[in-house]
Amino acid sequence: MSRGHLFLLLLVVLSALGVVTSQHRARKAFVALEQAQARQRQLEVEWGQLQLEQSTWAMHARVEKIATAQLQMQLPDAAHTRVVFTGKSVEAQP
Amino acid sequence: MSRIAIRPTSHLLEIYLQQWRGRLVLGLMLSGFLVLAGRAVYLQGLHHDFLQRKGDALASRVVELPAHRGMIADRNGEPLAISTPVESLWANPSSVDTSAGQLKQLASVLQMPVSELQAKLADKDREFVYLKRRLPPDQAEAVAKLGIDGMSLQREYRRYYPAGEVAAHLLGFTSVDDNGQEGMELAYQNWLAGVPGSRRVLKDRKGNVFEDVEGILSPKPGHDLTLSIDMRLQYLAYRELNAAVQENKAKAGAIVVLDAKTGEILALANVPSFNPNNREGVKPWQMRNHAVTDEYEPGSTMKPFTIAAAMDTGKYRPDTLIDTENGSFQIGPKRIHDAHPHGMLTVSQVIQKSSNVGASKIALSMAPEYMWTALHNAGFGTVPQVGFPGAASGSLRPYQHWRPIEQATMSYGNGISVSLLQLARAYTIFTNHGVLKPVTMLKQTGPGDPGVRVFSAKSADALIPMLESVISPEGTAPQAALDGYRVAGKTGTAHKPDRGGYSADRYIASFIGFAPASNPRLIIAVMIDEPSAGQYYGGTVSAPVFRKVMQSALRQLDVAPDKPITHQPVPTTVVGEDEST
Repeated sequence: MSRGHLFLLLLVVLSALGVVTSQHRARKAFVALEQAQARQRQLEVEWGQLQLEQSTWAMHARVEKIATAQLQMQLPDAAHTRVVFTGKSVEAQP
Repeated sequence: MSRIAIRPTSHLLEIYLQQWRGRLVLGLMLSGFLVLAGRAVYLQGLHHDFLQRKGDALASRVVELPAHRGMIADRNGEPLAISTPVESLWANPSSVDTSAGQLKQLASVLQMPVSELQAKLADKDREFVYLKRRLPPDQAEAVAKLGIDGMSLQREYRRYYPAGEVAAHLLGFTSVDDNGQEGMELAYQNWLAGVPGSRRVLKDRKGNVFEDVEGILSPKPGHDLTLSIDMRLQYLAYRELNAAVQENKAKAGAIVVLDAKTGEILALANVPSFNPNNREGVKPWQMRNHAVTDEYEPGSTMKPFTIAAAMDTGKYRPDTLIDTENGSFQIGPKRIHDAHPHGMLTVSQVIQKSSNVGASKIALSMAPEYMWTALHNAGFGTVPQVGFPGAASGSLRPYQHWRPIEQATMSYGNGISVSLLQLARAYTIFTNHGVLKPVTMLKQTGPGDPGVRVFSAKSADALIPMLESVISPEGTAPQAALDGYRVAGKTGTAHKPDRGGYSADRYIASFIGFAPASNPRLIIAVMIDEPSAGQYYGGTVSAPVFRKVMQSALRQLDVAPDKPITHQPVPTTVVGEDEST
């Protein structure tokens, strides 16, 4: 066994240790990715539920009921409405 | 002493080892190695697959990757159908061991009687029983906190429809396994549905994934669908239709709101309706999409097409005089009548007064083939391409078999059947200078389909003042008049077909119109089936629905008025019912 051989052996051992650590780090990174993805899915679900909740609260029938019954609001009819043209109206004028 | 001990000459040390003993030891050791090598070959080579499987079974798992069903939203992005995960609680009765106190707690969380829970858990032979399916998240969390042995939560997807019965027919619904069953959910099943994927992973003892081995199939989440529906108009249309159906004690009703320029369906509602979020006990007749799948005889709402076709021949002008024979006219063996007799009427007045005799005479002056072609081009007898399952084509019989009486009755909408959607689509001809626009349920982003020319621009535009005169006090539907907007429209009152003839007292009252007449933005078609509270004319039953929906819709869409608003003196306090809501 020459010095050269010993040196090569050292290199082999070092690289073997390198494989082990990088495998370990890859797994740790993967676990982190996994957790992030799980969180993403969970947030997506939550987003859907919040949208659902929002649209349930903002349901036209509910808003109307509260506006008319609790807040005593009412729609002004045409007689109580003034239409103002700014000149920038997107609607084509007759 | 020591010198003696190492002397090789001592006879005691001169024992000659027999050769076989050394070889025996060597042989035993060698054979030991051979056995080991053989075992290694056996495990590594011959038995490798089996052991690999066993090893994988410990750590390797195939994980299902769920794919979301796409969301359905209206044109402004308001969600109409969302899938969200829910938990179902199941138990293994043979291993459930609960104290009475735990059971009581569980019952109060699930909001069901303790006796029902006990009954479900009574059968100890079973290994799987659902205690309650599709728990809302807060209940599921509370159950999980109780931590009862032998009970587990299972994740399922459930579709929610925030709009409830307002858009029930339009959207349809999905089955337990999230497949579309009706309406848009069925029509766009392939677009909405996600394809679940799977992959192989390695899991540690605690169940955490620590390595991704291979992706077997990547999940494809469903696509979102943006409809042309405007939820504000949809709600408005449903509410007014529902009120009118109740008020007139009608069997059913339908309403369609179209964008007059693009042919997009902005609202489509039916009464009776149902709650798609809880379909228990819903009857099939509640799920009928009358506006799309039902054919009915349209009655006088057909007349504008007869008149426009006749004007295209060049033989008629709006002021051409027609003798309506005092409201009674003999064609072959049959006699047709007008609801209100008149004498000489102009073509415009035939529309305004809705004279059957006038329309018949005009129709009979056209060749059957010509009239058939005009009606066919206007989309009658062909299915509107909206993707709705079960959309009706209506019926337009081939002209080769028309008898004069049939040609005459068809001119005022008898002996021909249409769906409400089809009729609303046909009215895009009058709002687009003679061009029929295809209707669509999807939000249009580009310029859209150019459409098909049916009548000349001159004839189609000439109909608008005629249809406006219908809304005047001299016409059949002054009830459809709006404040601030000019309205054009047509009433229809048809006897319902009944055992080969027509029922004397069962009607379909319809009204279809558009506004503002000077530059139409919306087409609204209303149909009310069997009004039975006294009123049955399209003008008195359906036109008020049109007016209420149109008035609010134009305001919500910020459409500029094209007629002066009548300013009444402002009362100090406003009481009573609000007309424009």
